[in-house]
Amino acid sequence: MKAKAGAWLRRTWEHDLAWGFRRSPVTVAAAFLTLVCVGGAVFAPWIAPHNPFDSASLVLTDGFTPPAWVAGGRMEYLLGTDDQGRDMLSTIMYGSRVSLAVGLASVLFSMVLGVGLGLVSGYVGGRLDAFIMRVADIQLSFPAILIALLIDGVARVALPRDTHDQIAIYVLILAIGVSGWVQYARTVRGSTLVERSKEYVQAARVIGRSQASIMLRHVLPNVMGPVLVIATIHIATAIITEATLSYLGVGVPATQPSLGTLIRVGNDFLLSGEWWITVFPGLALIVLVLSVNLLGDWLRDALNPKLR
Amino acid sequence: MLAFVLRRIAQAVLVMLAVGLIAFSLFTFVGDPVLFMLGQDATPEDRIRITHLLGLDQPFYVQYAHFVARAVQGDFGLSLRQVQPVSRLFVERLPATLELSFVAALLAIAVGIPMGVYAALKRNSWLSQVFLAVSLIGVSLPTFLIGILLILVFAVLLGWLPSFGRGDTVAIGWWTTGFLTVSGLKSLILPSITLGLFQMTLIMRLVRSEMLEVLRTDYIKFARARGLPDRSVHFRHALKNTLVPVITIAGLQLGSIIAFAIITETVFQWPGMGLLFIQSVTVADIPVMAAYLCLIALIFVVINLVVDLLYYAVDPRLRLDRAAAAH
Repeated sequence: MKAKAGAWLRRTWEHDLAWGFRRSPVTVAAAFLTLVCVGGAVFAPWIAPHNPFDSASLVLTDGFTPPAWVAGGRMEYLLGTDDQGRDMLSTIMYGSRVSLAVGLASVLFSMVLGVGLGLVSGYVGGRLDAFIMRVADIQLSFPAILIALLIDGVARVALPRDTHDQIAIYVLILAIGVSGWVQYARTVRGSTLVERSKEYVQAARVIGRSQASIMLRHVLPNVMGPVLVIATIHIATAIITEATLSYLGVGVPATQPSLGTLIRVGNDFLLSGEWWITVFPGLALIVLVLSVNLLGDWLRDALNPKLR
Repeated sequence: MLAFVLRRIAQAVLVMLAVGLIAFSLFTFVGDPVLFMLGQDATPEDRIRITHLLGLDQPFYVQYAHFVARAVQGDFGLSLRQVQPVSRLFVERLPATLELSFVAALLAIAVGIPMGVYAALKRNSWLSQVFLAVSLIGVSLPTFLIGILLILVFAVLLGWLPSFGRGDTVAIGWWTTGFLTVSGLKSLILPSITLGLFQMTLIMRLVRSEMLEVLRTDYIKFARARGLPDRSVHFRHALKNTLVPVITIAGLQLGSIIAFAIITETVFQWPGMGLLFIQSVTVADIPVMAAYLCLIALIFVVINLVVDLLYYAVDPRLRLDRAAAAH
């Protein structure tokens, strides 16, 4: 058993991907930072020094405490506190949780929507294909963030206020998700067109499998490769879109602040000198997005044999 | 040729009608305009009279046709919050957005192209590496964060530039311009850098990769073999041929700049159309939202249409491709 695990570890270590990974210090650093960000976010309830959303533990007189290494700062609040006395480090960890969750969920949504439409479009063809691809063309001519903003803005106005506050996060995921499906659909449609004419699909048709079964069980697994690469790169974009919408005040509700919301709140204090309330959430966002981006780029290059 | 042009225009009109339908449904299904105009204690007769007066008792498609007819003339009714015609609100804010977008686009082109050329010609110099690193940051950082960091450094810490607003403006007819006053120009610097940075890095990367590709072609080798000086090879032969795709992308990006102005205008409290839109979303001012929706869609549709048609006119190969694809 132990020898088997050892062999497996050894194989993984010597695999092409791992080799490329070890050779690139930037990628190793990016992977490390991503792990730190994701770990801090996932385990926030257990490792955050304070619970910023427990109003009983908040001390209002501790508001506007600067970071620990600045005059007037306290070790208790390593990165300082905001106007309500919430510890910045803890709010950032909880905020990354929301940012990451919304980012991942909307990428998943885009992926399911795009892969589904692309698969149907490529496999069924005809008028349906023409229609779906025309819609994709049109959507592609608008920036994704604008589409997400418009969907979220319209939903905000169209739903009654209380209902909207409750489902704001889901609306946001839907808006960002819808804004990003086109790339998946185009890629999947292209590969589906290739796969459709292959012999295994014809064979499946001959033995009388249903259309849906051929699409899902036979074609789908063969077109998923590039989709996963697009998804990795898409995650950073989705996180940025979420942060931007929350910054503009149309994203997540203030009761569940994401990094974007924290930056918006801190922005009010920037001019009066309390820079840490904006700068630290901003830095957290930069580190998160940059490292996820670098990892995604590396994965794309590593999986694309043409670039080697 | 004619068939392609007509089909393309028909598609553009269809998109506008679809966007119009969304804007119109906002009006129709959100809130009750009769209740809004009369208040709670109106008699049923009054309600019927107003409903008839507003044309709300007519079938859906008739109302939609009326809406389109009015929208085409730029009439989107009154803003619900600031009791003014929506069209006037937009005309007041149009100059601010257009001036900002224009300066940002100019900055992106005037800085992005030389940077791209340099990074392609001196591939391995340290400055090229710096340009590439900067462009990675420009692409991956969210616009609003760049704006906030610029404010922090140049307005709060150094105190050189104003952090918000347009400064003093001069009115020329209905157009207000910030180009003619010192405070107007100073206020323009930070927002236009924020807005232009993303497009600048995009143009730089594009010019660099196109240039690298062109420099590998035979006619460049031939030009070198003829003993032409580097200057002439680089700028008269290579750069000229990289500019066609660059101009296309730059044209298409013009729409994005106007759309991304929403973010920059919010960061800098710049009194343009984007800020108006964000404010209208937060207070549910539907006529303003609907008008912005239609306006931004119109800008994009027109830009795309023009670029497509120009491409078609400029590049004869495209005509052959399309003809081949149709068969």
